[in-house]
Amino acid sequence: MPRVEFWQGNVSLAYGALAAGCRFFGGYPITPSSEIAETMAEKLPTLNGRFIQMEDEIAGIAATIGGSVAGYKAMTATSGPGFSLKQENMGLAYMAEIPIVIVDVMRGGPSTGLPTSIAQQDVMQARWGSHGDHGTIAYAPSSVQECYEIAIKAFNMAERFRQPVLIMSDEVLGHMREKVVVPEEGSLPIVNRKRPTCDPGEFIPYKPDQADNLPPMASFGDGYRWHITGLTHNEWGFPTNCAEEIAKKCARLMDKVSAYRDDIVEYETESVDDAKIIVVAYGSVARTALSAVRQARKNGLKVGYFRPITLWPFPDREIETLAEKAGTVLVPELNFGQMVLEVERAIHGKAGVVQMSLVNGELFQPSEILKKIEEVAR
Amino acid sequence: MPRPEVLDWLRNKFFPHMWCPGCGHGIIMHAILRALVASGKTKEETVIASGIGCSSRMPGYIDACTMHTTHGRSLGFATGIKLARPELTIVDVMGDGDCTAIGGNHFIHACRRNIGITAVVMNNNIYGMTGGQASPTTPLGAKATTAPFGVIDPPFDVCKLAQGAGATYVARATIAQPLLCEQYIKNGIANKGFSVVEIISSCHTQFGRRNNRRTPLDNLNYLKGASVPLVKAEGMAPEELEGKIVTGEFVKREGTEYTDLYLELIARVGGDRV
Ligand SMILES: Cc1ncc(C[n+]2csc(CCOP(=O)(O)OP(=O)(O)O)c2C)c(N)n1
Ligand code: SF4
Repeated sequence: MPRVEFWQGNVSLAYGALAAGCRFFGGYPITPSSEIAETMAEKLPTLNGRFIQMEDEIAGIAATIGGSVAGYKAMTATSGPGFSLKQENMGLAYMAEIPIVIVDVMRGGPSTGLPTSIAQQDVMQARWGSHGDHGTIAYAPSSVQECYEIAIKAFNMAERFRQPVLIMSDEVLGHMREKVVVPEEGSLPIVNRKRPTCDPGEFIPYKPDQADNLPPMASFGDGYRWHITGLTHNEWGFPTNCAEEIAKKCARLMDKVSAYRDDIVEYETESVDDAKIIVVAYGSVARTALSAVRQARKNGLKVGYFRPITLWPFPDREIETLAEKAGTVLVPELNFGQMVLEVERAIHGKAGVVQMSLVNGELFQPSEILKKIEEVAR
Repeated sequence: MPRPEVLDWLRNKFFPHMWCPGCGHGIIMHAILRALVASGKTKEETVIASGIGCSSRMPGYIDACTMHTTHGRSLGFATGIKLARPELTIVDVMGDGDCTAIGGNHFIHACRRNIGITAVVMNNNIYGMTGGQASPTTPLGAKATTAPFGVIDPPFDVCKLAQGAGATYVARATIAQPLLCEQYIKNGIANKGFSVVEIISSCHTQFGRRNNRRTPLDNLNYLKGASVPLVKAEGMAPEELEGKIVTGEFVKREGTEYTDLYLELIARVGGDRV
């Protein structure tokens, strides 16, 4: 029997991570994410897991990566300023192909900004924050229930593709309490990283399997000896200046996400079939957007709703098809225009794009989005 | 010539190494390997972590579980690995810049936690890799590319820093004393908690050439002349110790190791029954 709980978003996310098999958490407190660390601090020792509060966010993600290298499913969680601090070591995890999950409970920025207010200003940082190119997988949950489920999915993707996976939550979602139907243990698929099966003497740490172009990962302490480095390296993990080896490695970091794009991309739609306007919204904003869309429908307007669940990879082809049919897309966001750029890129000028920005620490009211829909419909 | 059982720890595939001929860091690598062999460690249970710098390139050359991370942050990674698998032996090698500048915060916190890691600080008093900029251990008055008129920033004493922050084993030797280096690293590994072994290295390429120690030999001779064993130093006046390198074991004490405490906590809350 599935259990019913009444949880806060952050707590739900932490429980989802535990259900995914997360047994290592390294972090540093920051509002509005701290409840994730606090839940992990309480639960992990009882599960023979490991929790450590480090001296800053840089060390928090470093310890998390270390935990993963030693074979644990590992997570760190933070918000704005802490997310900025984590960027360099995120890059190491991309380069060294270490699976971890990073949660950013978005608050207003720049700088210390608005510690206790919602924003969606880090979504491009999620994609481009760490220097250098890499494929990005980032989820944006929009309900407390989804915080739980996405935590599991994020771990599955991290373990499968051997890379950081981001959960871009937000302050409202993190602190909101809602009903959660906790799926029965074993009812959701759990992915564990692929381990080498060869003799340790034959292990080539970054040699991808032919079948999926992904290398299996050994853990320190499991009898395999290998080298990890943030330097661009060849299949032996050895730093290289050889153009061919560099090209191969860098392309594979991108290909992991692009080649499996269809396995990763997730989105949700409502009333899109005959829509003349599509509202594209994510995270907490999707909640107000959906209620505005439903009200507009009641008022007789042909409006649809599209919610990217993965911000990265972005459901670009799906939006393009719907937008072309509809003619107009409305993108409400709690920033001065970030994912709207991606929507524009996806649409290739085949539909009009209307941007809605709100940067005052608050969430859109459904009435504001409804008003805009009516304006656009005219 | 290294003994065969020591040579066996080298990752021949990764050679030739990138160090300048005569760089002090190679002497330290040899001492670490001898200490590991003498401690009876296996390559599979040994982790060598590092940050970024000439010194930090060492793990690549060692055929163990090795991790070359980001500048100054290696102790964060090493802490994660140790907490996850307390049974592993972890040696974290770092340059003076790596340890005391960008990584200073991680360093003092690792000392404070007394986590079972041996930090080998390869102090050549300069940023070697990036071309001879001043580090927090560059002596007053010495020339560096970012201190062309001589350093005015007072330097850190790595051992005092470690002692003050709570490390349970703290020692210093120079590359002119390779056997002492080996002994101290071995003692550091044997200590259950956080150990700091500062080894005064040399960088003739970036430090020496601007400070009248152009050749590797000049540096070794300087180190021989400047070092004073702790027992002797204890009877010397502060003025006499000016510019000297005091070598010896400064801290050797009992202290509960961090992962022991954590495993105890797990047992207390019933996590060991999972
Ligand atoms: C975040 C960051 N800042 C700066 C650098 C550039 N950098 C590389 S090595 C280094 C200093 C190395 O000096 P040290 O740690 O003393 O080691 P050495 O090379 O002398 O052995 C610096 C500043 C870097 N890699 N990363
Ligand atoms: S630059 Fe200095 S520290 Fe770096 S390898 Fe050369 S001698 Fe050694």
